[in-house]
Amino acid sequence: MEFFIISMLNGLSYGLLLFMLSSGLTLIFSMMGVLNFAHASFYMIGAYFGYTLSGWIGFWPALVLAPLFVGACGALFERVTLRKVHPFGHVPELLVTFGLSYVVLELVQLVWGRTAVEFAPPEILRSAAFTLINHSANGMSLVWGAAPAEACAAADAAVRVVCSPFPATRAFMMLVALLMLVSLWLLLTHTRIGLVIQAALTHPEMAESLGHNVPRVFMLVFGAGTGLAGLAGVIGGSTFVTEPAMAATVGSVIFVVVVVGGMGSLSGAFLASVLIGVIQTFAVAIDYSFLTLAKDMGWALSAATQDNSFVKLTLSQVAPILPYLFLVLILIFRPKGLLGTREG
Amino acid sequence: MAAVYKFKPYNVGRWVIWSLFALVLLLAPLVFTSNLSTTMLAQMGIAIIACLSYNILLGQGGMLSFGHAVYTGLGSYLAIHALNAVSAGKWHIPVSLLPIVGGIAGMCFAVLLGWVTTRKSGTPFAMITLGVAELVFAMSLMFSEFFGGEAGVSGNRVAGEAFFGITFGPQIQVYYLIAAYTFVCVALMYAFTQTPLGRILNAVRDNPERVEFIGYNTQRVRYIAFIIAGFFAGIAGGLGALNFEIVTAEVVGAGRSGAYLLFTFLGGATFFFGPIIGAILMVIAFVLLSELTKAWLLYLGLIFLFMVMYAPGGIASLIMMNLRVAKFGKLRQIWTSYLGLGLTAFVMLAGAGAMIEMVYHLQLNSALGDTVKFMGATLNAKGLDSWFGCAFVMFTGLGLFELCRRQYMIEWGDIQTEIEKEIKRRETAV
Repeated sequence: MEFFIISMLNGLSYGLLLFMLSSGLTLIFSMMGVLNFAHASFYMIGAYFGYTLSGWIGFWPALVLAPLFVGACGALFERVTLRKVHPFGHVPELLVTFGLSYVVLELVQLVWGRTAVEFAPPEILRSAAFTLINHSANGMSLVWGAAPAEACAAADAAVRVVCSPFPATRAFMMLVALLMLVSLWLLLTHTRIGLVIQAALTHPEMAESLGHNVPRVFMLVFGAGTGLAGLAGVIGGSTFVTEPAMAATVGSVIFVVVVVGGMGSLSGAFLASVLIGVIQTFAVAIDYSFLTLAKDMGWALSAATQDNSFVKLTLSQVAPILPYLFLVLILIFRPKGLLGTREG
Repeated sequence: MAAVYKFKPYNVGRWVIWSLFALVLLLAPLVFTSNLSTTMLAQMGIAIIACLSYNILLGQGGMLSFGHAVYTGLGSYLAIHALNAVSAGKWHIPVSLLPIVGGIAGMCFAVLLGWVTTRKSGTPFAMITLGVAELVFAMSLMFSEFFGGEAGVSGNRVAGEAFFGITFGPQIQVYYLIAAYTFVCVALMYAFTQTPLGRILNAVRDNPERVEFIGYNTQRVRYIAFIIAGFFAGIAGGLGALNFEIVTAEVVGAGRSGAYLLFTFLGGATFFFGPIIGAILMVIAFVLLSELTKAWLLYLGLIFLFMVMYAPGGIASLIMMNLRVAKFGKLRQIWTSYLGLGLTAFVMLAGAGAMIEMVYHLQLNSALGDTVKFMGATLNAKGLDSWFGCAFVMFTGLGLFELCRRQYMIEWGDIQTEIEKEIKRRETAV
C-alpha cells in the first residue's frame, strides 16, 4: 500500500514536471505554430543557470532569477532568429530551433564541462516531506518530515515496520507546478494580457489592426514559455541530475506528451504528462516479466524459451519505451490526441 | 490521323553530367590513393545514397523526419546478420547483393512504421518520427540477441565464393561496389523525381489540399514515398555494414538521424544534387573536422543556424543563383564584392575561431599549458593580450564585413532587376 502511494506521488510529481515543460511547448506551438525543438535545451540552461546562481546568491533567489534569465534568452532568440525565418514557413522554424539545440548543448558543455555538476537542493528540501510508517501491528500512519529513528525500528522481531519517506523536493516540485498551472490558467482566461494572447492566437491580423503589437506578443509568449522551461530546469536539475544529457532524456518525452495530449491543447498536455509520468514511474518500480508471469500461471517453459531475452524482459526494462509505445497506440486509435480538437 | 513527327534531341547536358558523375566515381580512388581517402570515399558514397533517400522525404515530400537513421540502421543490422548467415554457409547469396537485403529490410520497416508516421504531415509528422526513432533506439538496447548490445554485431565480408577473384577483402574492391551502388541508386532516385508519383509528391508538399481535390489520397502518396525512401536508406545501411564490418546501436541513434537532416539541409534540399554536396561535407566534417578541432559540433550548429536564416535553400541554391548570374554574364560586376566578402568574413571568423578554440582549451585541456596553436599563431589562452587581439580582429572583420555586405546587397539587387528585365525583353522578342 505504501509502495502504491509513494509511487503514485512520485509519478505525479514527475508528470507535473513534464507538464511544466510541455505547457510552455504547447503554448508556443498553439500561438506561433512553432514546435520549439530546443525547449528541453532551455530546461537544461535553466538548471545550469540555477546551479551557478545558487552558488552565488543562494537557491531561492536563483529559483526566481534563473527562469527570468532563461526567458530573456528565449525572447532574444525569438527576436533575432525565429522572427527572421517566420516568413519561410514552419519547417525552417523547426530547423532553427533544431540547430539551436546543438549549439546550446555545445555551449553548456563548454561552460560547465561534460560531466554532471553537483546541484543540491537547499537544506530545507533535502529531507523528507512526510514519511509513511507501515506498522504490522498498529497499521499505517503518517509523520510529517523525516520519521524519528525509533519509529522505524521494530520493538521486537514479530513486528514489521516499513518507513517510506517522500522527498521534499518532489513535494516542492508538485507545489510549484500546481501554482504555475493555476496562475497560467488565470492569466490566460481572466486578464487583459491573456485576452490579447488568445486574440493573437486565433486572429493575428485582427488583433494587429486593433493596435496590438502581435510580433511582440509572440516574443513575450516565447520568452514566457522558455522561462517556464527554465523554472522546471531549476527544480528538475536540483531534484535529479544536472548534466549535459538532461535535455536529450526529457526532450523526446515532452514531444510525446504534446502529441498524445493533442497538439495545442493545454489541458490535453496536462492529462498526458500526468499519465505518462505515472505510467513510467510505476513501470520502473515493477520487476515483472513474461517469465515470472508464466511461473505464476504455472506454465512450463523450455530452457531455450526461458533464456530468450524477450521473455526475460522485465517491465522496468521496458519502461523507457513505454511513452513511445503509448504515442504509437494513440496515433493508431485516436489520431488527434487525447483532448485535441484538430487533426493533422 | 497521320503520325506527327516529333523531333526529340538528345539532352546533351544530361548525358555529359551523368558521364562525368560516373567518371568521378571511377577515377576518385586513383587520384586520392591513401588508405584514409579510400575509406572516406567509400563513406561518401554511402552518405550520398542516405542523404538522397532522406531528401525524398524532406526536399520532395516536405516531410521533416527526425528518424531516418532507423531505416539505414535496421538495414545495416539485417545486412550484417545476412552476412553472418552467408559466412556460416546457411544462405547462398553473393556478398555483392547483401545491400539489397538491407534495402528490402529498410523497406519492410518503412512499410510497418511508415503506416503510423505518415498518417500526419508537417510538424506532427516530425514529432512522430522522433518518437519512433526513440522507440527503436531504446529497443536496440533491450534485445541484445538481434542488436548485439553494447558491442554490436560484427561480421566478415570475405564470405561465400569469390566472383572472378573479387573477395571484397581489400578496401578498394568495396569502394567500387559502393560506387556502383551509388551510381545506380542516384540514377534511380533521379528517375523517381521524374515519374508521375514523384511529381504528385511535390504537389503534396506544396499544396496538399488541392491534391486532395483532384482526387489523390495525400496520405497514401506520402506513405509510398516513405517506403521508397526506406528502401534506398536500407541500401545505404547495407553498404555501411559491408564497409565497416561492424554494426553498433548508434546507427539507429538520434545523432545519426540528426546528421542526415543537418547535412541534407546544408547541401540544399530544394535541388536534386544538393544532398550529394551535403553528404560529401558530412564525411569531411565527421572524419577531418572532428580531428582538427574539438569545437566542431559548435561550428556545425552555428553554420546550420546561419544557413537556415540566410540561405534556406542550402549550398545548392547558392550555386544555382550564382550560375544564373553567370549565365547572364553579370558575374563580372559582382566578383569584387565576393572577394571583399570572402576576405572580411575570413578575418572575422579567424578572430571568432581563435576565441572559441581558447575557451575550449581552457575547459578541456588546460593541464597541457596555456598556449593554443591556431592557424600558425601561438596564443596564450590566459593572457589578456591574446584575448584582446582576437576580439579586435573579430570586430574589425565584422565591421568591414557589414560594409561589404551592404555594398554587395545593393549590387545583387541591381543585377537581379537587370536579369528580370532581360528575361522580359527576351520573352517579348519571341
